[in-house]
Amino acid sequence: MSLAPAKATAAERASARRDALLAVGMIAPAVLFIVLLVGVPFGLAIYYSLHDVTTGGTAVKWVGLSHFVELVGDRNFQQALGNTILFTVGTLVTVLVLGTILAELLMRDFRGKWVVRFLILLPWTAPVALGLIGWLWMYDSVFSPIDWFLRQVGLLGSRDAALGVLPNLYWLGDKVLAKVSIIVVNVWRILPLATVIVLAGLNSVPRDVIEQARVDRAGYFRRLFQVILPMISPILMIAVLFTFIFTVADMIPIFILTRGGPANSTNTLASLAFFTGILGGNLGRGAAIALFLLPVLGGVSAVLLRLIRRSEVT
Amino acid sequence: MVSSAPATGTTAPGRERVRRGFLGGTAFYLTVALFTVFAALPFYVMLITSFKRNSDLFNPEANPFWFAQPPTFDHITLLFTDTLFVRWLLNSFMVGGLVVIITLLLAVPAAYSLGRLAGSWGEVLGIGIFLTYLVPPTLLFLPFAKVIAALDLQNSIWALVVAYPTFTVPFCTWLMMGFFKGIPRDIEEQAMVDGYSRFGAFTRAVLPLAVPGILTIVVFAFTLSTSEFVYALTFVQDSAQKTVSIGVATELVRGDVFKWGPLLAGALIASIPVAVLYTFFIDHFVAGLTAVAGE
Repeated sequence: MSLAPAKATAAERASARRDALLAVGMIAPAVLFIVLLVGVPFGLAIYYSLHDVTTGGTAVKWVGLSHFVELVGDRNFQQALGNTILFTVGTLVTVLVLGTILAELLMRDFRGKWVVRFLILLPWTAPVALGLIGWLWMYDSVFSPIDWFLRQVGLLGSRDAALGVLPNLYWLGDKVLAKVSIIVVNVWRILPLATVIVLAGLNSVPRDVIEQARVDRAGYFRRLFQVILPMISPILMIAVLFTFIFTVADMIPIFILTRGGPANSTNTLASLAFFTGILGGNLGRGAAIALFLLPVLGGVSAVLLRLIRRSEVT
Repeated sequence: MVSSAPATGTTAPGRERVRRGFLGGTAFYLTVALFTVFAALPFYVMLITSFKRNSDLFNPEANPFWFAQPPTFDHITLLFTDTLFVRWLLNSFMVGGLVVIITLLLAVPAAYSLGRLAGSWGEVLGIGIFLTYLVPPTLLFLPFAKVIAALDLQNSIWALVVAYPTFTVPFCTWLMMGFFKGIPRDIEEQAMVDGYSRFGAFTRAVLPLAVPGILTIVVFAFTLSTSEFVYALTFVQDSAQKTVSIGVATELVRGDVFKWGPLLAGALIASIPVAVLYTFFIDHFVAGLTAVAGE
């Protein structure tokens, strides 16, 4: 009688040990792969940023923090840092506002909704570089379809036109417009993702909560701001988190649309790191520029994740 | 109270729909139309431009949203016969396919281990793995280029086959963890009572039930690989080795000379299949992202 449970525990213990062994065996390849191919380059990035390394040469010289010190005083770097903040914040605010509105609209049913959904998701689901080629044409200095439309409605290219006498706006050739163009494209790209995230949140709000607010005669905007938005705030923060992560370190719009121009006015840290490290061949300095993103990326993500997880508990 | 009760009771479905939002009828459709135009316009212009004659295309006066002259297949023909477009498509397929296989082999067992076998540390390690998905290529591509050179893979699609699982494996492991958690433990326990080992129960009893999850990660490993740009741009310079994403964006533009017709046609043709595939699974993608908030 007294032996039976002891026997069972021994067998259980053996089975638990086998399970633990299996768990380690099944996860080891993935962890090993990630450590080797994410961890090693990550370590190298820090190593390079503290050394003088070029693409061609083999000589590596310890330079300490001098890359970082030089960068802080560099005008192109300051501009890139400012642009990174401007583009990220501009995109984030616009996406959050438009995403909430669009998600509200898509909560309703209407005929042909699946087509609208497919089209609205296109900027996120299509490969980003290919979609951006369409924008390169939209912003063309001579044949821009946007400019053509503005000329047709009389806003551009005639003597008393509101946007000027010239036949084109030169979207990517003007320092201010080029920045606006980049933000528009960022918003275009991320809006579908943010919308679908907010939609997931709206769908999770129990119907009776909305019904109750309606019975209490709360108006639409009061319902939205006082009942629904607070309830889905963790989900909104998830939308903020991913908009932030996918914007702050993205260099593709700049590479395809402006190459950092005109006169370095649209470079971000990510694109400057690419142009310095790969095209300029200065790996050390490029790595240092990219590493400036790390504290921001890590810090903001950590704060947002904490907020998200805390608000979930309460 | 008395007056509101009959009002809620008699709300017709039609009225209910109008009352739910802040925009009624026409304004609602107009706003939805505006958003749709904003999202789809570049693709629509690509579509029209792909079939426009050059003399129509390069006329600043001509309507860029429609045809002033009869459409032509010249750009498409040129794209398929005179450029490496088909080769880039094949490269993308090959990279995508190989990345899918590697991702499945690494992510599925890892996800089962984290979701089912490991206890509390499984959850922590799972989040840790997901966070590596959020490390942007921008932070890694410079030293990664040196690693690729050290492996002697530069200028070949194999560089991408090695690099892409660094983001597909973390994300797909995370997604798959969620799927495994949704499968009742009884399934394996029953299989183990029937004489299977734990691993046997996993392959015979759990995997068949996890097919929807596996299909999802196949689609994501594939679409994320075909869409990737930064690593491909950094690692591959040889025209014949490029994927469609960078091939179209870099090879059809020579300095200031843009082959606009084939360029836009190529971008559109390569975009649509990926977008269609992605659209079917985007809800799973979003479920994966929102799962960081915990259950």
